[in-house]
Amino acid sequence: MMEHSILTSVLIATIIAGTPLIIAALGELVTEKSGVLNLGAEGIMAVGAIAGFAAAHHSGSASFGALAGGAAGALVSLIFAFLTLTLMANQVASGLALSIFGVGLSAFIGKPYESVTLPAVSTLRIPLLADLPVVGPAVFDQQALVYVSWALFAAVVWFLYKSRAGLVLRAVGESPGSAHSIGYPVIRIRYVATLFGGAMVGLAGAFLSVFYTPLWVEGMVAGRGWIALALVVFATWRPLRVLLGAYLFGGVMIAQLFVQGSGAQLEIPSQFLSSLPYWATIIVLVVISRNLNTIRLNSPASLGQPYRPDA
Amino acid sequence: MLPRLEARPEPSTAMRYASPLLAVALTLVGGLVVFAALGKNPVEGFRVFFLSPLKDAYGVAELLLKATPLMLIAVGLAVGFRANVWNIGAEGQYIVGAIAGAGVALYFEGSTSPLLLPLMVVGGAIGGIAWASIAAALKTRFNANEILVSLMLVYIAQLGVSWLVHGPWKDPDGFNFPQTKMFHDAAILPILIEGTRLNAAFLLALTALLAGYVFMQRSFPGFQMRVAGEAAAAARYAGFSAKRTVWTGLLAGGAMAGIAGMGEVSGPMGQLTEHVSNNYGFAAIIVAFVGRLNPIGIFFASLLMALLYLGGEQAQQYLNLPSSISKVFQGMLLFFLLGADVFVNYRLRWPTAVRFGRG
Repeated sequence: MMEHSILTSVLIATIIAGTPLIIAALGELVTEKSGVLNLGAEGIMAVGAIAGFAAAHHSGSASFGALAGGAAGALVSLIFAFLTLTLMANQVASGLALSIFGVGLSAFIGKPYESVTLPAVSTLRIPLLADLPVVGPAVFDQQALVYVSWALFAAVVWFLYKSRAGLVLRAVGESPGSAHSIGYPVIRIRYVATLFGGAMVGLAGAFLSVFYTPLWVEGMVAGRGWIALALVVFATWRPLRVLLGAYLFGGVMIAQLFVQGSGAQLEIPSQFLSSLPYWATIIVLVVISRNLNTIRLNSPASLGQPYRPDA
Repeated sequence: MLPRLEARPEPSTAMRYASPLLAVALTLVGGLVVFAALGKNPVEGFRVFFLSPLKDAYGVAELLLKATPLMLIAVGLAVGFRANVWNIGAEGQYIVGAIAGAGVALYFEGSTSPLLLPLMVVGGAIGGIAWASIAAALKTRFNANEILVSLMLVYIAQLGVSWLVHGPWKDPDGFNFPQTKMFHDAAILPILIEGTRLNAAFLLALTALLAGYVFMQRSFPGFQMRVAGEAAAAARYAGFSAKRTVWTGLLAGGAMAGIAGMGEVSGPMGQLTEHVSNNYGFAAIIVAFVGRLNPIGIFFASLLMALLYLGGEQAQQYLNLPSSISKVFQGMLLFFLLGADVFVNYRLRWPTAVRFGRG
């Protein structure tokens, strides 16, 4: 492998660390835009990670692993959707239940895979552009899912703000009663948005276990699902800010690795450096929530509220 | 034809109490299905998982031992949950309580004072309170979401305990294992029944349940908390302080979780290790819900969840299944409860063949 400059290496690592956050947070963003708050992201991501890992291991195909992760994410989100949308259960409690269940289920399924390793997946090099100095290798010689995350970003922006379906989805999230009264199937739309979000969070999990590490360890999601949820708040429900925020967090996550790997004899315990992304999440939440109006104006008005059309 | 849900004129009180029982029954049936799906004899699996942990007095004592931290944490969480204060980070508060309790024990190493244990309990409570107060302060001062903040603090607490037992608090004679010295006798909770591991923390848990009952059902601040949860607008109109509700809710959970953490290091573990937490902080969330946020319900829900823990250990030993099967059943239990709860407010109506005035 070619040696990169420090700057290029940092860029590459930041983009890779940010990618699962982008995919998961954009999925959750679409779900939340429909008015559904799915706090199960941590559990969905764990299930996606083990499902993707197992599928990639047995099939020998990383792409199949990614698909399986997405499918598994959608499947476990279906439990949440049925509870909250059909049975009108509390969304906060149901999301927590999914997180606890998903983390447990992944540990259970994953036990036999703990000593398995997957071959590293090679990058997808875009000719010419990858030869650009500094940014070339970081941006144009990446894992295929990195490009997918950018395509997903473009698709979500287009869908939410340029398409009619996206307008309907946002209307359902802002005012389900009005959307229902003009004939839109609120519950069905929320189902689709929840399953899509779940699939994306599951895909993000599969990215972690199949492309990033690539191995399965219990607890490997390590709060990334929760961080993705925080990112959506931080981004005030705007896709571009999700993208930037995810790379910011990716940067914080890899900064500790570079500090630890740089050989500098710092008197900072590694656990302290590892805790930085979590502190950063707290700080970011404080900064963005300080002004109550920022949250009120930007969050979907019916977020977390159950809706039952008068039959 | 599919039945549809019809709103009840009044929430059903009977269903409120029947739905946890229904959820338990469904979880037991689910257990049979899971064992069958895993290729085990379902009846044998059921027996090993749900019955064999209770076959003798020692097993019952182990059940009460496991239920102790769950009772403590869940009753603390219930105070907040009733007021819609979502402290999800009890796991972190538990860890910091364990650290604080261990810190007191290590600092007063060699002391034989009978005051040492009470001091450790207070230390554990203060540790949990301190950790929870970060979330409370950020919620009341900056409106930062307490769910996400308290959760992030779980990961930070886990890293904190890892640093302590790998670094400054590592037992110098411990063959480099990441753990502190074993506590001396005066820092170990007394055993209640000879020949078992059940210790005095169980009495603390029973006291906490009683105190929780008095606070929630019989005191004015408890009433204010309930109003804040059930009718936020009414609480505002009555002039109940929303900030105090958040503080009370989070600190009650923090204090109880901290004591539970202290009880674990000073009880069955006898030292602080990285694995001080057995997921009790998250399991207690399920206990609080299944127990209907009511101390009496929490008592029984803790026993059930403790049984799921013990069943997982048995399944690992005798069925060759990972012990994390416990968490799968625990999650299933909460799913079934949330699903069954729909019948508190709704009932099923089968469509009648003839319809009038429709279509």
